[in-house]
Amino acid sequence: MVENETIEGFQGIGQADFVYLSHKKLAVYWSEIKEKISDKVIGIAGCGGLGSNAAMALARVGIKHFVLVDFDLIDESNLNRQYFFRHQLGKKKVHELAVNMLAVNPDIHIQCHDTRLEPESVQQIFNQCHLIIEAFDTAEAKQMLAETVISLWPGKPLIMGIGMAGVGGYGLIKQVQWDGQVYVCGDLITEIAENEPPLAPRVGIVANMQANLALELLLKL
Amino acid sequence: MNIILNNTPESIEAEGLSVNELIRYKNFTFRLLVTKVNDQLVRTDERDNVIVNEGDNVQILHLISGG
Repeated sequence: MVENETIEGFQGIGQADFVYLSHKKLAVYWSEIKEKISDKVIGIAGCGGLGSNAAMALARVGIKHFVLVDFDLIDESNLNRQYFFRHQLGKKKVHELAVNMLAVNPDIHIQCHDTRLEPESVQQIFNQCHLIIEAFDTAEAKQMLAETVISLWPGKPLIMGIGMAGVGGYGLIKQVQWDGQVYVCGDLITEIAENEPPLAPRVGIVANMQANLALELLLKL
Repeated sequence: MNIILNNTPESIEAEGLSVNELIRYKNFTFRLLVTKVNDQLVRTDERDNVIVNEGDNVQILHLISGG
């Protein structure tokens, strides 16, 4: 049985080489992973294309504590990429995302903030979070969050999404560590425009890269 | 002067540039940036006053909309 296999030389979850483990080896330690992440709190700044998809992925893998922030309502134009459904149109994104996450895993705790984040509120809202996922749409908001997080909490991981509009260009999408705490997922260059709309596949790739990196970093904390 | 710019050694044909002067020198045209010099955050309104010197480590992140 896979559960009873032992792997010689493997020192347990949290090792730097964790990400290179095969799926088979990962399965052996799945219970350990869930244990390790069960007390971690993830902050998600923005519940649109990046935030909704990243949050759903993390809810599925067993993250138990979330802080969600968004001020917006669900619009029909959001359905081409955001993890919402037609019956949720016109409702608040931050609440409906929590509903969808709880539909996957009822055993999670979600703190919802229906507000537009400002530098003053970032400290109060995300203070308890072990890691923050930046999932805003505007460059201005991304800058505000990055500068505020770097100033307030040196070392607290911030995973940003930069450059995910359009179609194709899979090979351009990457994950880079910018400094000691800021990580960037995306192609870093493709801005939203009339001929470069944000669409489910590419936005979803970047959102899931953010979730994947969040999981990897949490296992090392 | 020689600096490290975004993890790459760069030879700049000027001395003691402000962060904003360095951004213009490099023709960085993105409107919104996050900048650090020697791992210290340099906010938008500080970029005229913070000077980049020989050997400094400068990090510039371009921000674009989408998410």
